[in-house]
Amino acid sequence: MVYKLVWENLKHRPVRTLLSSLAIGLGVTMMLTLVGVGEGMLREQEARTRGVGADIIIRPSGSSVIGIAPPNINEKLVAWVLEQPHVAQSTGIVIYPLGGVSTVHGVDFEEVTKMSGGFTFLSGRPFKDAQEAIIDEYFAKEKKLKAGSTVKILNRDWIVSGVFRGGKLTRMMLPKKILQDVSATTGKVSVIYVKLDDPSKSAEVITHLKKTLPDYPIYSMDELASQFSVNSVPELKTFIGVVISLSVLFGFLVVFLAMYTAILERTREIGILKALGAGQGYVLGILLRETILLAVIGSAFGIGMSYVTQWMIATFIPASMTQAIVYEWWPIASGITLGGALLGVFYPAIKASRQDALESLSYD
Amino acid sequence: MTEPIIGIRDLRKTFRSGDVDVHALRGVDLAVERGEFLAVVGPSGSGKSTLFHILGGLTPPTAGTVMIDGQDLMKMSDSDRTRLRMKSVGFVFQKYNLLPTLTVGDNIKIARDIARVKGPLDKQFLEVLDALGITDKMDRKPRQLSGGEQQRVAIARSIVNHPAILLADEPTGNLDTENSTAVLGLLRDLNKRLGQTILMITHNPDAAAFADRIVHMRDGQLHAA
Repeated sequence: MVYKLVWENLKHRPVRTLLSSLAIGLGVTMMLTLVGVGEGMLREQEARTRGVGADIIIRPSGSSVIGIAPPNINEKLVAWVLEQPHVAQSTGIVIYPLGGVSTVHGVDFEEVTKMSGGFTFLSGRPFKDAQEAIIDEYFAKEKKLKAGSTVKILNRDWIVSGVFRGGKLTRMMLPKKILQDVSATTGKVSVIYVKLDDPSKSAEVITHLKKTLPDYPIYSMDELASQFSVNSVPELKTFIGVVISLSVLFGFLVVFLAMYTAILERTREIGILKALGAGQGYVLGILLRETILLAVIGSAFGIGMSYVTQWMIATFIPASMTQAIVYEWWPIASGITLGGALLGVFYPAIKASRQDALESLSYD
Repeated sequence: MTEPIIGIRDLRKTFRSGDVDVHALRGVDLAVERGEFLAVVGPSGSGKSTLFHILGGLTPPTAGTVMIDGQDLMKMSDSDRTRLRMKSVGFVFQKYNLLPTLTVGDNIKIARDIARVKGPLDKQFLEVLDALGITDKMDRKPRQLSGGEQQRVAIARSIVNHPAILLADEPTGNLDTENSTAVLGLLRDLNKRLGQTILMITHNPDAAAFADRIVHMRDGQLHAA
């Protein structure tokens, strides 16, 4: 019966219920979108890295595990690595940051093609001239480019020679030598990808490489993949913490205001319930249930809206961001929002439950 | 001789209004027998509503003795008075006081829910519902009913838990003559049919005439008719 009263109260003020739920849901959406973008971009980066087809990656000394690697590995090391036991192929790649998380990669196209098993071109062809670049389908979609278009990278105009299917290494590639010249990093590479004749020998080869290159972070691709998580990006963890705090505050304020005004509006009804013999616990129970229901509806809205943000990101900025739907965060985000909402209802609910029955009945 | 269901001796109630003490009740003595229909008649400010609120456990008395169905109101805590309202007293108010978001049926059910009464409605109450003429209006919201119909629902709700006493505060105050007569007739019928003890507060002598006994209240004291 109490649930029916709670439900009828929410139905009685549909606009208030809708707005409160939407506002509560915004907090859930903020959390799910942020976590989803973090997770989505890491997963995508992992997939693109795996798409190279290498078994081992060598990063510059002093670099973090998944940050943008600076081009300070001597390119001669690529040839040395190729001479090591069980190494079937090695290729050095130059990574140049373009701002934010965008990068352009300088590659030896033949080597990368051989290692990865080949690129699929949706239009155009690989670069042949020094002024040509290739881009993936997502970058092409976001920037509205196609084979033959001109794209400005590093203050130069490049002709897009081809658009390839995404999932291989990066979104924009230039000839390695050209990028080295343009970025004044001749003779240097950012990472070395290594393919083995027998992938099960990864640990053995890594141990061998580390003897000669003790300062270089060297990972198997499985090790590297395990590092693609939110926990490996302290800045993201901090930012998620900030957004969670904001969501709790948001839920608190929305519910506080909504329930405070609802209780004022329902003073007489609370008096009626008390006249019928409802105690403090009964009144408190009604308001807590109403808040929980608002938070549940709000969370459902929030989860629904996270699909909308995912669609918007995939439609308008597919190359810049990728949002995953992180199901594990549904109960977490909902729980955090519920916590904020319960904090918000605490004072109004206590106030309502202690209302004097007689004064409440006299309220008009 | 059985114990009166309501026994009041030297009841006093003093309010603080700003810096002034207001003596709303100044030594009320009253005994109401089980099954009696009593009307308390008096002008505004005579103290009759204060008496109603004390008997209903909505406000505590200042001094005196008030026994309701064997329970001493003077010794009751807030939660005891909540229990009194839940189990022993039913209210009918001038403004009906139905919950606007609930249907007629649910307004009745919530009184049972608060009193933690489970199971289907008993036969006797179903007969009362029939007599009140609201059985076909159980799915309607209060705003879809006339004043007279709303007051009948309020009467049904007040007795659904079979309280020892039904307290009615100006039950016809918002009704036209025809509906007033009908509601008062129903109260009298409940009194005769179920032996329901009813204490009705009114300023209207015509309404009071439906009761078995009338007492007058003036300046916080009762006077026999």
